[in-house]
Amino acid sequence: MNKTQNNKAWFLVLPVLAIVSLNAIVPLMTVVNYSVQETFGNNLFFFEGVRWFREVLDSERFQDSLLRQFSFTGIILAIEIPLGVAIALSMPKKGIWASVCLVLMSLPLLIPWNVVGAMWNIFALPDIGLLGYTLNAMGFDYNFTRQAISAWFTVILMDVWHWTSLVVLLAYAGLRSIDDSYYQAARIDGASKWAVFLYIQLPKLKHVLTLAFLLRFIDSFMIYTEPFVLTGGGPGNTTTFLSIDLVKSALGEFNLGAAGAMSLIYFLMTLLVCWLFYTLAMRGEER
Amino acid sequence: MKNFRWFVPTLYILFLMAPIYWLLNMSFKTTNEILGGFSLWPKDFTIDSYVEILTNPVWYNGYINSLSYVLLNMIISVSFALPAAYAFSRYRFLGDKHLFFWLLTNRMAPPAVFALPFLQLYSSMGLFDTPLAVALAHALFNIPLSVWILEGFMSGVPKEIDETAYIDGYSFPRFFVKIFMPLIASGIGVTAFFVFMFSWVELLLAKTLTSVAAKPIAAVMTRTSSTAGYELGLLAAAGVLTIIPGAIVIWFVRNHIAKGFAMGRV
Repeated sequence: MNKTQNNKAWFLVLPVLAIVSLNAIVPLMTVVNYSVQETFGNNLFFFEGVRWFREVLDSERFQDSLLRQFSFTGIILAIEIPLGVAIALSMPKKGIWASVCLVLMSLPLLIPWNVVGAMWNIFALPDIGLLGYTLNAMGFDYNFTRQAISAWFTVILMDVWHWTSLVVLLAYAGLRSIDDSYYQAARIDGASKWAVFLYIQLPKLKHVLTLAFLLRFIDSFMIYTEPFVLTGGGPGNTTTFLSIDLVKSALGEFNLGAAGAMSLIYFLMTLLVCWLFYTLAMRGEER
Repeated sequence: MKNFRWFVPTLYILFLMAPIYWLLNMSFKTTNEILGGFSLWPKDFTIDSYVEILTNPVWYNGYINSLSYVLLNMIISVSFALPAAYAFSRYRFLGDKHLFFWLLTNRMAPPAVFALPFLQLYSSMGLFDTPLAVALAHALFNIPLSVWILEGFMSGVPKEIDETAYIDGYSFPRFFVKIFMPLIASGIGVTAFFVFMFSWVELLLAKTLTSVAAKPIAAVMTRTSSTAGYELGLLAAAGVLTIIPGAIVIWFVRNHIAKGFAMGRV
């Protein structure tokens, strides 16, 4: 759409600007403040420069949670994106069953995150949970509160359960927007199913898949509640992801300087991804 | 081959339903039965857990608190976002692209980063432990989201409609409410759905910003889960009850969900 140049449009944006600024700028500046100061209580602060940043970046604790965070995000992306596309491809195209599928599949998306964690906790308990009991009955030694591998398996399975539907919905919507004439042309050419997927469906899905990929990247990068409720970051620190670590040091240990510096590093990383996302998405849209 | 297509979605839905079934199963068991051992369905069928939740004010106030900040947030987010989305969809103005990007970055900001500063900000404003504090805090990610979704729907309305209305002598507010908003009604519905969703499922900020009076149901539940074991039935019943509002909302927007997602604007 060709838009009119009109700077008075700022008045329409002003309310949003005011409320988001209150929420974004004031807290962000608070964090910046903490990150460069040291306090000994009584609201006395001393300027510390970049010491906290250096300390956080050098600390093994931060590096470990960062590594865990990237492994987690990498694994769930590798599972959820292909699985979501496969499910979307085999879903009914229209009619009552398509609606039933959509409604049932959206259900996990609308469950409060701590309930997701609590639900999976109950589901995975080794003695009385369906998953834990079945795995142990099948001869696996499974206990997610004691073994790191079991804990990781449960956290990943939970995330797949929770978020694959988002990829399915996006891919499904993308598939529905492909015009029928493409399929007819493919049929005339005698193209195989695989060729149809590779040369028609996949290129058409590129836009929504970029979006799914980045949304899942960002949201899994910020994951806090579900693993916190499920494992509490344990056993040991094996499932302590970035957000869990951050909340622990900010609200738990009240280690303001380090937490502030860590917040900023964390925020800059997501910001970088966000910028990538925006550039990619907008290039597709030609706005 | 073709007849087996239903197999994949069916299997997936079964996988989705298994933990939910287990939660339901637990919620209808007595504490003794839960701790007594593994069973696929409740043998001593009981609704005591539900009765306890619906009669104990600590529990049901949790639901009321959660619903009140979610609704408040929905009203704030949608009504603030409407004019802004209109500006972005119709006009070019100084710094519009930068502003849009900056708004989006807030959707991507990890709530963990903001938890502590929010606590201090809202305490100093005297809003701590009120639904309004949570509603305002959730506006941080819900307003950018609303602007984004609404802008997509508004760009689908031809500009000629605006121009005709102005020629017919409509003022901007009258045109906006009487003509424009009915045209994007489904867009407003989809937006409200996503705003509801993200405010309903968020816990970290909601928990940080409340202590007693406005405690959300999710936080009431964390208290029980930490005392472990013997209150599993209650926890399960409370969990089941949190699924219901979401399920109702999905049922209402089922035909629009795919479209809302299709716009690629979540």
